[in-house]
Amino acid sequence: MKKVRVASGQGFWGDLLSAPVDQVRKGPIDYLMLDYLAEVTMSIMQKQHARNPEAGFARDFVSLVAEILPDLVEKNIKILSNAGGVNVEGCAEAIRKVAEDAGRKGVKIGVVTGDDILDRLPSFLEQGIEINNMDTGEPLAEILDRVQAANVYLGARPLVEALDKGAQIIVGGRLTDTGLTLAPMMHEFGWSFDNWDQVATGTIAGHIIECGGQCSGGNCQYDWQNIPDLDDIGFPIIEAYENGEFVVTKHEGTGGRINIPSVKEQLLYEMGDPHEYITPDVVADFTTIQLADDGVDRVRVSGIGGKENTDFYKVSIAYSDGWKSVGTLVYSYPDAYEKAKAADKILRKRLDALGLEFDVILTEFVGVNAAHGHLAGDPPKDIPEVQLRIGVRGKNRDHVTRFTKEIAPLILTGPPAVTGFAGGRPKVEEIMAYFPALIPKNLIETKVEIIES
Amino acid sequence: MKVELTKIAHARSGDKGDTANVGVIAFAKEGYDVLVREVTQEKVKSHFGDLVKGDVERFELPNLGALNFLLHGALGGGGTLSLMTDAQGKTFSTALLRMQVEISDEEAGKLGLSE
Repeated sequence: MKKVRVASGQGFWGDLLSAPVDQVRKGPIDYLMLDYLAEVTMSIMQKQHARNPEAGFARDFVSLVAEILPDLVEKNIKILSNAGGVNVEGCAEAIRKVAEDAGRKGVKIGVVTGDDILDRLPSFLEQGIEINNMDTGEPLAEILDRVQAANVYLGARPLVEALDKGAQIIVGGRLTDTGLTLAPMMHEFGWSFDNWDQVATGTIAGHIIECGGQCSGGNCQYDWQNIPDLDDIGFPIIEAYENGEFVVTKHEGTGGRINIPSVKEQLLYEMGDPHEYITPDVVADFTTIQLADDGVDRVRVSGIGGKENTDFYKVSIAYSDGWKSVGTLVYSYPDAYEKAKAADKILRKRLDALGLEFDVILTEFVGVNAAHGHLAGDPPKDIPEVQLRIGVRGKNRDHVTRFTKEIAPLILTGPPAVTGFAGGRPKVEEIMAYFPALIPKNLIETKVEIIES
Repeated sequence: MKVELTKIAHARSGDKGDTANVGVIAFAKEGYDVLVREVTQEKVKSHFGDLVKGDVERFELPNLGALNFLLHGALGGGGTLSLMTDAQGKTFSTALLRMQVEISDEEAGKLGLSE
């Protein structure tokens, strides 16, 4: 039976740099998928792009391609990635230059665009198209003047088109993580986009590997103490079969572990209603998934069902929504917790006296309650040390900036035996709030181009 | 007898905006029945108390021996808005596993938890 191997190389922008290199060198794969975009990433890239028109994409991806291009060409491995961020053309051009500098002619690069609708938002509203926050119902008009980025989540269709046109390296912007894995399966097996069970199968395969090492032993609670060699963790690989079954595995000899519990943990990660996992391609049903042990570091997945996709794309809109800053100090035994609480009181009185206004002031005591709140219970009387962590958020940048100057004075004017201020004043960060919405699919035009070195 | 949930299940949590999700997975088949009976929406809501401002939703995945919980209003606004250490809800999994659940002696036997 025909099979295709899709490997995960990157679970987020900033993930293990060696992982995609290992995927192409430590064993056989056919496709490498790389996810670089979190919800907040697009607004960061948009800012970089505004400062420098040549920026706005994941440069790590370009360095990676430079490193592994000989392997890709020699072994005919294809790459799918959303590294293009808000400057897909710029990213593709950088890749082409990498190929040319390496003397590789004829490398085909697929360029998928159409996700960036930032410039089109005002005209959508003028046409009377309703765009509301999916979570709160707030209309887009209320925040339109503060929007920094707006990108539609595109599915697997344009990726399949690029593969059909012979692309070896595909770059897009806000592509869904799942589409990057689904597309090679659609392309290789000739599956149809209206066979919902098959599309759901590839989508769930994508969900399993989209967070990289998180399905092969990383962040795994089940028997975590005995998961071998996480220093050399093997990222997951989908070994997909034409009949709609697939095996989750990793290269032989790598660290980490893939078993039924590790796959279950990843399946449930960031899950909403398991009956309706909605992507641009399909509505997948996680309650249909059947898992079976298939040997060491191999889990077989079958039985997946799905339903017809919706008429809408999800659009991710980021808008500027004020300022925030977080400062920390560490208090030591004796009375570490009491000292940290006293310092918090002093600081809050000073902020009050200065007349500073914030939407939220949050105090946490790391070592006592930062992770589990009151569920952690009272700390031991002789707790060796506690980190006071206090954050503020507000619309007034000057007030937030003033807050950052009130942390260090506590060292000489507050409770004793305090340390942990070597980093200097905390930095002020602009808040990029997230506005998720739906937009009719017929308004969005995706474009697939092939450029060649 | 009462046992901590961590004896019969493992879990993973994550975020979607201001909502944390917690997937709770039974170690054994018998454990899943205990999860369904004991780890109800109401009990989870009361377990978290002030840590979850909004509603709790529960979904069953018998095929995986797992439950999925959505804890709305748990992340201080979520995303970049949140000031919390755990703005992504990564440790809500283990916070839920602190919960005490009631099991019968027979279940304790089947789950290898007899005293």
